[in-house]
Amino acid sequence: MLKGKTAVITGGSRGIGRAVALGLAREGAQVAILYSGDPAAAEQVCEEARAMGVKAEHYRCDVSDFSAAKETVRQIEGTFGGIDILVNNAGITRDKLVPQMKEEDFDRVLDVNLKGAFNMIRHTYMGFAKKRGGRIINISSVAGIMGNPGQANYAAAKAGMLGLTKTVARELAGRNVTCNAIAPGFIDTAMTEALPPETVRQALESVPMKRMGRPENIAHMAVFLASELAEYVTGQVICVDGGMCMV
Amino acid sequence: MVLEKLSKLIAEHKDVDPAGITLETTLESLGLDSLEVVEIIMEFEEETGVAIEVNEKLKTVGDVVKLIGECE
Repeated sequence: MLKGKTAVITGGSRGIGRAVALGLAREGAQVAILYSGDPAAAEQVCEEARAMGVKAEHYRCDVSDFSAAKETVRQIEGTFGGIDILVNNAGITRDKLVPQMKEEDFDRVLDVNLKGAFNMIRHTYMGFAKKRGGRIINISSVAGIMGNPGQANYAAAKAGMLGLTKTVARELAGRNVTCNAIAPGFIDTAMTEALPPETVRQALESVPMKRMGRPENIAHMAVFLASELAEYVTGQVICVDGGMCMV
Repeated sequence: MVLEKLSKLIAEHKDVDPAGITLETTLESLGLDSLEVVEIIMEFEEETGVAIEVNEKLKTVGDVVKLIGECE
């Protein structure tokens, strides 16, 4: 379904990003994986992708750094000959109730989760515009729609991504470039593993399907949005959350 | 000089005769949308190395020439 396409996935070495990278690779896309911490994990994802017969490379990049993101995009364009799909997935949490949340907790989460997505879009935008085609997929969160106690920074960043998504969708619609957001609910990753069991239990109570999702559930939606099947879908926020957030 | 270079770039985007483009020609009459104008300005930047900041409403080719002149 995606043969010959090149996909860039930020935060692609683990969790949802890893599943998205492998999901896109399974459909034939070449993948460029951006990561910040663990080169071995990034290489592991690339090896799995290569085993599916596609080209895969990883790049260490702090997406919150405007110049670093620019240089990484330039390198990827040089190596892969262009970018067709951008998945802004890189995200961090620094959960605290507002009175305990430090200024740097707020800034860092906004910098990585929201500014990082902007930086990547900023540096790939003209490539998409010139090519008159492409897919931008932003991984937001139901927290950005519903809010979540302890996550003022994360929810604000994820809500910001929705405004970014809709604006970019409008700007690039005439160029056949779509931009959509996926809002995952409660997904079984290292990020949710770090939560106290009581929080998990309470959270699952608010999920009509009464269970956590898997990273692959998000990957399936990303594959759909990246494919020709979704050519007329843009500016949308699609919750993949077991019914947690019904608007 | 700037007009000549700009007209050439516009002609690469649109099926128009660059010789027919004057300072008074409106971007709208050339069928250029705002994103295409940005695209052409970025191409101008790449060719000349001049950094151009687009921060105003551009209506005519003359407006773009003036903007580039201010940035050179």
